[in-house]
Amino acid sequence: MSKMYYRELYCGTPARYWSGLALLGVIIAIGLGAAYYMEHNGHWVTGMSNQIVWGLPHVFAIFLIVAASGALNVASIGSVFGGPLYKPLGRYSGLLAIGLLAGGLMVLVLDLGRPDRLIVAMTEYNFKSIFAWNVILYTGFFVIVGLYLWTMIDRSVNKYNRTVGFAAFFWRIALTTGTGSIFGFLVAREAYDAAIMAPMFVIMSFSYGLAFFIITLIAAYIWGDRELGDFRLTKLKNLLGVFVGAVFYFTLAYNLTNLYITQHHGIERFILLDGGVYTQMFWIGQIFIGSIIPLFLIYSPAFEKSRWAIAAASVAVLIGGFFQIYVIVIGGQAYPMNLFPGKEVVESGFYDGQVMSYVPTLPEAALGVAGIAVALTMVAVGARVFKVFPETLED
Amino acid sequence: MSNKSDQPNMDRRKMIGGAIAATGAMTIAPGVILHAASVSDEASAGADAKHRWGMLIDSKKCADGCSACVDACNTEHGLEGHGRPATDAVWIRPVKLKDKQTGRENRLVMMCQHCEHPPCVDVCPTNASFKRVDGIVLVDRHRCIGCRYCMMACPYKARSFIHEALTEQSVNAPRGKGCVESCTLCVHRVDDGVMQTACQEACTNEGHDAILFGDLNDPNSEISKTLKSTNSVQIRADLELNTGVRYLNL
Repeated sequence: MSKMYYRELYCGTPARYWSGLALLGVIIAIGLGAAYYMEHNGHWVTGMSNQIVWGLPHVFAIFLIVAASGALNVASIGSVFGGPLYKPLGRYSGLLAIGLLAGGLMVLVLDLGRPDRLIVAMTEYNFKSIFAWNVILYTGFFVIVGLYLWTMIDRSVNKYNRTVGFAAFFWRIALTTGTGSIFGFLVAREAYDAAIMAPMFVIMSFSYGLAFFIITLIAAYIWGDRELGDFRLTKLKNLLGVFVGAVFYFTLAYNLTNLYITQHHGIERFILLDGGVYTQMFWIGQIFIGSIIPLFLIYSPAFEKSRWAIAAASVAVLIGGFFQIYVIVIGGQAYPMNLFPGKEVVESGFYDGQVMSYVPTLPEAALGVAGIAVALTMVAVGARVFKVFPETLED
Repeated sequence: MSNKSDQPNMDRRKMIGGAIAATGAMTIAPGVILHAASVSDEASAGADAKHRWGMLIDSKKCADGCSACVDACNTEHGLEGHGRPATDAVWIRPVKLKDKQTGRENRLVMMCQHCEHPPCVDVCPTNASFKRVDGIVLVDRHRCIGCRYCMMACPYKARSFIHEALTEQSVNAPRGKGCVESCTLCVHRVDDGVMQTACQEACTNEGHDAILFGDLNDPNSEISKTLKSTNSVQIRADLELNTGVRYLNL
C-alpha cells in the first residue's frame, strides 16, 4: 500500500467553513439558553415530573454517549485487530468519539438539578453506584482516546499505538457496559433489571457509532472535495449491516425473555401492543426505520454501490436508535411500577398504577440538539486544526 | 494554517499540552481541597446505632377520605403545592387498593420505607443519599446533584424532585430547588427526643391510630410488641430490602 498522507480538512471557501461553524455556534447558544431557562425556573417548565424523572435530555445524552464509544470502533479495528483498510480512518474515529462524548456529557450535566455541583460528582464517589463509575469511565475515555490519537498522529510515540489501542478498546467496552448497567441495575422497574441491558448497549453502540462515522465521513469527503473509494465504503457498509442485525437479535432476546416471564407480561404488552406512542416508536421507529429499512438498503443488490443508499441507511440507523433509547428510557418509566401485586389501585395521591404521560418541551429538545452541535463543532474544528483525514481514500 | 509541511510544529504541541495540564489542574484542585476539608461522617452525628426507627401502618384503621397525616406532614416540613400535582413534592400519600380476585378493599399510606438495604443509597453517585446508623434514610442537600437516579431506583416511588425555587421554608426541613427529597421519619423530632412523627400525631388526634412510630430494636417498644404478636407485611418483600415501615391487615 502506498504511503498515507494526512492533511487538515478545508471545506471549500473559508466563508463556507466559518458560516457552518457559526450555525453550529447559534445552535449551541440556543441550547445553553434553554438549559439556563430550565435551571433558572426549575424543572417544572420541562415535561419531566416526579414520575417521568428522566426525559428527552437523557435520551439525547445516552444516545450520544453510546454512539461515542461505538465511533471508536473503526480505530480499534485498525490498530487492535489489524484491519489495514480501517487504519487510515483511525484518527477520525478517535476525534468523532471524543466529540460525541463531549456533546452527550454536556447535555447530561446541564440537565442535572444542580449542575453547579459537578465538582461534588467529581470528588465524592460512592463506588457501589454505577453512575459514580461512569463519571470515571467518561473522563477516562477522554484521556485514553486523547493518548490514542497522539500515538496515531505523532510518529515519535507511534510504537505505543497498539498498546494504547488495546487499552482504549477495553475502556470503551467498559464504558458502554456501564451505561447499559444504569438500567440493568434498577431492580424495581419491570422494563429494566436485566443483565442483557449491558451487552445490548455495547452492540447498540457499535451500530450507532458506525452510522455516525459513515455519514460524517461521506459528508467530510464531499465538503473537502477528496476521493473516497467505493471498496472501503462497502466494507464499512457491510459492517454496519452486521451491527444492525446484532441489535435486532438482542432486542428479540430481551423481549422474548420478558414474554416468558408472567410478571413482565404487563410491560411487554405496553411496549408491543397498547402503549400508544411508545408502541408506535417501537414498531415504526426502532424496528421499521431502525432495522428493516437499513438492512434492506445495505443488503439489496439494487443499492450495491449506491452512496446515497449507504448514507440513507446510516441516517435510518440513527433515527431508529434514537427511538430505541426513547422507548427504553421514557417508555420504561411511563409504565407504572407494580408496588402491590395482585391488587388494583383504586385511588392514589401520587399516580400509583397509572401510565404516565410525558410530553417533551422545546427547551429540552434545544438542549439535546445542542449536544449534537457540540459534537459536530469539535469534529469540524479538530479536523481543520489537526491532520485527521487522509488526503485521499481512493481504493 | 500556513504550515503545510509534514513536520510537526513542536511549539504548538507544547502549548496545547500546557493548556490541557493547566485546565486539568484548575478543575481538580478546588475539589481536592474541598474534599479534604469535608468531614464525611458528620451526617450520622447524633444518631444512635442502638435504635432502629420504624413505623407500622394499620391498613384497617386508615380511614377513607382522611388526609390528616398528609396535611400534617406538609405543614411540618413546609411542603406546599404549586397547583402542579405531577411536579409537587409528595412525602406521604394515601393509596386505596382493591384485590383483583376477591374485591377486598384496603387503604394505606405510602412513604419512604427506610429500608435496611436502600436501593437509593446504592445508586447515589455522590453519597448524598445515606442511611443513618439508626436506620433513617435521608438526602444530604449539600451533596445532592439532582441526577434523580435514586428516584429511578426506589421501588416505592417515595422520592420527589424539587422542580421550582422555594420560599417560606420550615426550619424543620431545609430544602432546595434541584435536589431530591423524601420522608425523613421526622428526624428533627427524633433528634430532639420527641418520639412521635407528625403523621402519627395527626392520625392519633383524628382518633384513627393507624400509624405507630417506634424503635424496632427495642423489644419492649409498642411497635416491636405489636409486630411480634401480629402478622405484618413489607411492601415488595420479594426485594429483600428489610423495610423499616411495615403494614398490618393488608
